[in-house]
Amino acid sequence: MQPTQSSRRILLPVRPWFIFASLMAALFLNVVPLGRFAAMPDWVALVLIFWCIHQPQKVGMGAAFVLGLLMDVADASIMGQHSLAYVLLAFGASVLSRRILWFPLVQQALHVLPILVGAQVSMLLVRLAVGAESPELAWFLGGFIGAALWYPLTYLLLLPQYRPVERDENRPI
Amino acid sequence: MISTVGHLPPPFFKRGPAPLARLLFFISLSITLLVADLRFHTLEMARQGVAAVLWPIQRIAYVPVDAGMDLGEYFATLYSLKTENDQLRRRELATANQLLRQGHLEEENRRLRALLDMRERQPAEGRVAEILYAARDPFTRKVIVDKGSNAGVEPGQPVIDELGVLGQITRTYLFTSEVTLLTDKDQAIPVQVQRSGLRAVLAGAGIGTMELRFLAANADVQPGDVLVTSGLDGIYLPGLPVAKVVNIDRDNSFSFARIDCVPLAGVERHGQVLILGRRVTPPLPAEAAPTPIKPAKGARIKRKP
Repeated sequence: MQPTQSSRRILLPVRPWFIFASLMAALFLNVVPLGRFAAMPDWVALVLIFWCIHQPQKVGMGAAFVLGLLMDVADASIMGQHSLAYVLLAFGASVLSRRILWFPLVQQALHVLPILVGAQVSMLLVRLAVGAESPELAWFLGGFIGAALWYPLTYLLLLPQYRPVERDENRPI
Repeated sequence: MISTVGHLPPPFFKRGPAPLARLLFFISLSITLLVADLRFHTLEMARQGVAAVLWPIQRIAYVPVDAGMDLGEYFATLYSLKTENDQLRRRELATANQLLRQGHLEEENRRLRALLDMRERQPAEGRVAEILYAARDPFTRKVIVDKGSNAGVEPGQPVIDELGVLGQITRTYLFTSEVTLLTDKDQAIPVQVQRSGLRAVLAGAGIGTMELRFLAANADVQPGDVLVTSGLDGIYLPGLPVAKVVNIDRDNSFSFARIDCVPLAGVERHGQVLILGRRVTPPLPAEAAPTPIKPAKGARIKRKP
């Protein structure tokens, strides 16, 4: 059962509080002290890109901007660095959202990958422009790991929207 | 018909401005923020506000790690506790000699200094804080600790752990503060080679390393030398261990030697740290200093008036 447009399965409407809760959970995961592991995927970017693709009417660049500001303060980086990256990411995701959901999940992940890495590159450009040290290469691995997590993430975040499969001969849907 | 009762039919798709327009708006807003933060440093108030919103999340995020550590301690076997206890007792005995005489030596030092009419060294006072998490930003080396301006922490205070100097407080929020680690590229600390007394400036070089800058190719430094703070900056107390020299590249084609060091403190680990109080710098003699000496790292610290 693939949660794509081409599948026959019909999802329940999303609950706004669930979107909010998942974004907060991602923010929470980003500040959990797990040591300095450079290739840790950016959970906020990942969840944000998911909702921008699945619910482009509800989550867009405004939410991306606000989350970016929160991440800027949490990460002690320059104000606007994450906002810029997340806004670009949200734009890319919502532009692709009509097209992307027709693909199977692996190919969706291939669409997500350049958006995630692009956001990282935009952050890199901003920081290099103001003269910061260049990061370890493992940092870019974070984007790749994020894209690889697309399959479990989709399953997890769409779980509340699945309706039970009931076979009823009179109601085919 | 809806229009007959005075209402216009709602638009089919209510979506606000076009995506490209929104993109340009948010990009320009972000760039404005970047410029305002970098060039004019005007966003500190906004930062304080956002940090207050974030604080509960940071605090809760620390709970599972804390609980995990507690759980680990709970299940620590009697044997490991006993060995650790033995080790600690042995170490205590080994340092007992120094510790017991410390009070005596300090007293003697004070009297000798008074005799020589030298200024007294300030006793260091500290405040224990806990590292909440390391900032994920890959471009800087910062950690967030759980004491903020409401606990009296100020930007510029040095932070140490049980092994040596960790870094410096660079920004404080109400309940948390940011510590820039010594390995950060923008962080510099004046040091002294413990063996030879040679003074130099140690600067961060990124990933877990530091670099002793501007020392001549034939400078008296050897691998294994311990660097301690020289105290010249008026921020760090003199004599705190900072780093250890690991590698020296004396290439005569450059005028300076390339000296790599590693920090002694557990810079990239977690645990408890000590935030030292601010040193009161003795006034400089008038003839020696026409302009007040800035601390080596002064440009980055925004001092409150």
